[in-house]
Amino acid sequence: MKAFAQLFLSLDETNKTNEKVKILKDYFNSVPDTDKMHMLALFSGRKPKRQINSTLVRNWAIEASNIPAWLFEESYHVVGDLAETMALLLPQNRGNSHKTLTEWIAEINALGDKTEEEKKLWLLDSWAMLDSSERFVFNKLLTGSFRVGVSQSLVVKALADLTGIEAPALTHRIMGNWMPDTYSFAQLVQEQSASDDISRPYPFFLAYPIQETSEKQKSADELKAALGDEKEWQAEWKWDGIRAQLIKRGGEIFIWSRGEDLATDKFPELHPFLNALPDGTVLDGELLSFQNGLPMPFNVLQTRLGRKNLNKKILEESPVAVIAYDCLEYNGEDIRSKQQTERRVILEALQAATPYPEIFRLSALIPFNTWNELGKIREQSRAMIAEGIMLKRKNAAYQVGRKRGDWWKWKIDPLSVDAVMIYAQKGHGRRADLYTDYTFAVWDGDKLVPFAKAYSGLTDAEINKVDYFIKRNTLEKFGPVRTVKPELVFEIGFEGINKSSRHKSGIALRFPRILRWRHDKPKEEADTIESLRALLGE
Amino acid sequence: MPKKPLLEFTDKGIYCSMGKFYIDPWKPVDDAVITHAHADHAYLGHKHYLAHHHSREVLLYRLGEIQLQTVAYGERVMKNGVEISLFPAGHVIGSAQIRVEYQGEVWVVSGDYKVEDDGISAPFEPVKCNHFISECTFGMPVYQWKPQADIFSDVNSWWRSNVEHNLATIIVGYSLGKAQRILQNLDLSIGKVYTHGVIENTNEALRRNGIMLNPTNRITAESSKEEVRKGIVLAPPSSVGTPWMRKFGPYSFGYCSGWMAIRGAKRRRAADRGFVLSDHADWDGLVSAIDATGCESVYLTHGYTATFTRYLNEIGFDAHEVHTLYGDDEGVNSVPEEEPAVIATQPGMDAENLEHFPKKVSPTGGDLDGAL
Repeated sequence: MKAFAQLFLSLDETNKTNEKVKILKDYFNSVPDTDKMHMLALFSGRKPKRQINSTLVRNWAIEASNIPAWLFEESYHVVGDLAETMALLLPQNRGNSHKTLTEWIAEINALGDKTEEEKKLWLLDSWAMLDSSERFVFNKLLTGSFRVGVSQSLVVKALADLTGIEAPALTHRIMGNWMPDTYSFAQLVQEQSASDDISRPYPFFLAYPIQETSEKQKSADELKAALGDEKEWQAEWKWDGIRAQLIKRGGEIFIWSRGEDLATDKFPELHPFLNALPDGTVLDGELLSFQNGLPMPFNVLQTRLGRKNLNKKILEESPVAVIAYDCLEYNGEDIRSKQQTERRVILEALQAATPYPEIFRLSALIPFNTWNELGKIREQSRAMIAEGIMLKRKNAAYQVGRKRGDWWKWKIDPLSVDAVMIYAQKGHGRRADLYTDYTFAVWDGDKLVPFAKAYSGLTDAEINKVDYFIKRNTLEKFGPVRTVKPELVFEIGFEGINKSSRHKSGIALRFPRILRWRHDKPKEEADTIESLRALLGE
Repeated sequence: MPKKPLLEFTDKGIYCSMGKFYIDPWKPVDDAVITHAHADHAYLGHKHYLAHHHSREVLLYRLGEIQLQTVAYGERVMKNGVEISLFPAGHVIGSAQIRVEYQGEVWVVSGDYKVEDDGISAPFEPVKCNHFISECTFGMPVYQWKPQADIFSDVNSWWRSNVEHNLATIIVGYSLGKAQRILQNLDLSIGKVYTHGVIENTNEALRRNGIMLNPTNRITAESSKEEVRKGIVLAPPSSVGTPWMRKFGPYSFGYCSGWMAIRGAKRRRAADRGFVLSDHADWDGLVSAIDATGCESVYLTHGYTATFTRYLNEIGFDAHEVHTLYGDDEGVNSVPEEEPAVIATQPGMDAENLEHFPKKVSPTGGDLDGAL
């Protein structure tokens, strides 16, 4: 655990990519193989099962810290991270521990059948053996909230340097359904075949935005300069659903979402078509709810995802289908290195053979001759329930991760309104102890009604100024939330707008964020609820 | 009519109407008693200043020609029948708590303070009083300092490792207080100490005041980058990210501040190394210092005032939150630690000084006093 805690400290101490890779390599070189796999699992989002309910952990930490509960809560808002708050507040450790990461995780996993009293004793003893930096990572393990300031691609790079295996192959090998107790370091670095884990997905190929920000428009001429000849490109709608990889291997089916969650059971409508696919097929596409053959807005799907049990009503109201746009494996062969157009031919043949064309749909190619023409077509995106246009180079291979060059997304401009900030709350992580989470309102007569929360879009300098304003213009405090004097006006951008019965304003926005601070607008000139309703298209 | 308190909180600062003087006022007054020379406590424009001997040269350097009387710790000064005396606050060299007594009633204004002996400032001394006016910059229990010996051992090994890797070492801390504290605790067997002009000006002022400091080398246009790389550079927060700093690259830069205790704040600062080193009292330090005064009531002027006040009341103190312009309220993250919050502009103030005393602007253009 000391090595693991030190890894965190060291990664925190540098902003330089090369140094981070070196730190990761040093870590891998200094720990046993089982620790390596646990670290890989944690850094790739495979968190251990939570064995103690986090309210209990919190309560025991408050007790051990000998401070009132409200002060613990206030401390948490200052620190912005529960594991760190507990690490800072607990009394100095009385001893030391030399257990490895693997040993600690084994102890945590063995807690499952212990009584509450036994768990508490174990936890208090453990805290007493760990210094504050060790406690921090230990608490992270315990509460299962493991987010680290280093990307998976850096970890893979360190591992690639160390083992001599190429990064894309390693990225692929650490995908899928493994846990450290089922997958050893020796297996990871061995030559592998597809049959090792029939559920394993390929790393997703992700598109880069063609315009850096939605505020800066790219002209047709600029597109021409950036992308060259129109004939080398295919265009498709950019669908607003859930990116997924669908696998049929060895008579079994698997559906992976982009967050590397196995979601096969969430989409029973897709099972018949997947079962009907030939063995050794992997498709890439977008999952959307459909009605009368037309895609429905994302919030319909989102509501469904939130449900634990899928009852008949939900399946009838928002049936899911896939819009497929790529084929990564065919006849058990990895075809990612084939050209985009070749893969498209295979995809079309598979789709033509399906008995379920309503469920297995194709992402249609958009015919166009000039960038200018495509720009005009893009303006119809909202009517198509699409987020914009995807551009794919016809000779592109299917690559690993977010790469520039061959896949671009050309999103539509966000909708926007000018709104007044009325509530604020402190942020987390890098934004700890700063007011960065805001609620915005528009006018309904002479009242301000809240309609959106937004966290991003301001520069650090602007955040500091807004924070300064909030701390001096607080009207009321409700726990962590402050009611702020309505004064600051911001332009709020969003991708879509829908009716909602759950929100006070009666509307729900998709991806709201701050586009800019309207220093030039007094609060009286902010938009009204009517202007938002008009955007609903009613 | 109830008796007027000996000290009151006004829109100009802490005021003693009986003695007709202010303590650390932020608007021009006739008679000002100054706890220490940091800019959010020592403003320009008062007719008369009273401070500790060791603040003399720094105050004259920062404020120019002022009418200044200085005294030793414990020395008594009478103003209109009210007795004033200064006691060590341990914050920076020359920093003082102000003890005010009239007809047996005693008030103490802490200014800024820390309870750990830093080896260069006269160590904090608890003063018995009826009413204590205290700061609480770090009045949250998550702030708990390690002994400075531990921190400087980390600083020195970081410096040594940078020299081995041929990286320049730049250590950032406020120019009055932190800079000298670092200077006196560096392991000079590793290399020489170089200073940013702003820090060297402060060092010179302190040396004129008879303070013995370790040898330093002012960085000038002629300084050799290779030589500097073998040593360590002391730089003020205002130099971070400037071309002045970049010219020493490749370098590793360390930031010394109490805010470095929190991972999020440290990441925002984007320093290569964050050293948790503060000239303010930590949580336990604040509670023990307040307890040691034996006061009947305590007033919290700046820091996490709301939280700390509530806590003190719960454990049996009579605590009150007051609003002042000291520190930066809890807007602590908006500006580097101890960076002056407001400056009184002075004609002919040179560019170097201006850089060092950044003017705080209200984001809305509104009047700051409106917040009082």
